[in-house]
Amino acid sequence: MAQVATELGRRDRWGAIAVRFGVGRMRYTVEPGLYAVGFPDDDSPVLVTANYKLSFDHLRAALTGQNIWIVVLDTEGINVWCAAGKGTFGTAALCAQVETHKVAQLVRHRRLVVPQLGAPGIAAHAVKKKSGFAVVYGPVMARDIPDFLRNGMKTTREMRRKTFPLAERVVLLPLEFVIAGKWALPLTLVMYGLSGFFGPAPFGENVGLHGGWAVAGLWSGVIAGTIITPVFLPVLPGRAFSLKGGVAGFLTAPIFLVFLYSGQGGTGNVFAGLSWLLLIPAIASFLGMEFTGASTYTSLSGVKKEMRLAVPLQFAAVVCGLLLLIWSWRL
Amino acid sequence: MGGTKRVLYLKGVATLRLEQEFCVGCGMCLAVCPQEVFAMAEGKAFIVEPDACMECSACMMNCPVDAIRVQSGVGCAHAVLHSMLGRSGKAGCSAAEKPGNGACS
Repeated sequence: MAQVATELGRRDRWGAIAVRFGVGRMRYTVEPGLYAVGFPDDDSPVLVTANYKLSFDHLRAALTGQNIWIVVLDTEGINVWCAAGKGTFGTAALCAQVETHKVAQLVRHRRLVVPQLGAPGIAAHAVKKKSGFAVVYGPVMARDIPDFLRNGMKTTREMRRKTFPLAERVVLLPLEFVIAGKWALPLTLVMYGLSGFFGPAPFGENVGLHGGWAVAGLWSGVIAGTIITPVFLPVLPGRAFSLKGGVAGFLTAPIFLVFLYSGQGGTGNVFAGLSWLLLIPAIASFLGMEFTGASTYTSLSGVKKEMRLAVPLQFAAVVCGLLLLIWSWRL
Repeated sequence: MGGTKRVLYLKGVATLRLEQEFCVGCGMCLAVCPQEVFAMAEGKAFIVEPDACMECSACMMNCPVDAIRVQSGVGCAHAVLHSMLGRSGKAGCSAAEKPGNGACS
């Protein structure tokens, strides 16, 4: 059984930054099993977590000066909340791990502290029946664990509530941008090349005239959807994320058009303007909708409802926008 | 609730149901809900903020008398799209629904 430090090293910090950018995210794991923080004895609390290294690091960093047992379940490197939804952070896995590591012989008490966001996978009454251990749901955020333990293992209302403040949205931005970029990059390259085939001038001249603007316009939509929408999420109008994203796109499009018209020396025509008023909001709306998965308060029923309306509209706007854009190149 | 302004998702869509006559007032639903959907009065739980429900199913899982029903799933458009396109288990992220609920199963 390994003893773990509560101080994060340089490798942990760089690893955390890397996964926020999507590098090695799906294999950022710790070995499932039993760990000790400090010098736990048979009275020490037993905390349960997932084997996503980012989760594990958050937990141990919150435990400075404590003596604690940590049971790590094998969630295939997925965080507690998502793994609980999936079922890998679940009653059966928890009971099996408690059995394997003979936790009943390790401690005299019969309490397991499970993160509250693990509750979608755990049935506390079933764990009690199967393993003899009572599940005590701990706080949503690991940083509240010291207060929770001092409180006699009681959570306060604030500790139980999952909020989605600006700081938490901002750390998600790089990954949103990287994931969107994976299809936006090839798409913009196609548009760049495509611009050469239309218009009265030779290929290279057409590309020089329109290609760069096509790329810039598409990326304006990507930025509106993956950066502006998450940052301003609570203040953007509407409840549906596709609407919030669409509004962010509508606010971004005129800024791009100012650059387009002034940059092209007044040659940007009305078809180009119209096309970007369709394309930028459509892209931003789609990417804003994609942010539902990263957010902390959307329901599946709600997502399905907004998609039924939003996806056909986004599709229609993209098709019309592209046709208008190509038409504008011909003039 | 509590003065802090909360951001809610779509109105009137959540599938959460509580059959109060079975409720034993243990308070587990209040303890596990990350969105303060439930409150307790006279020894019974009740739903105070149905539109805040994100259908995570923590309450249903932890209700010892099965008084709560919700069609659980993850509110993730990416996963829904992938399931509509017939691709399973490749949502590009860790989110996934429980088996039998559509995407990723």
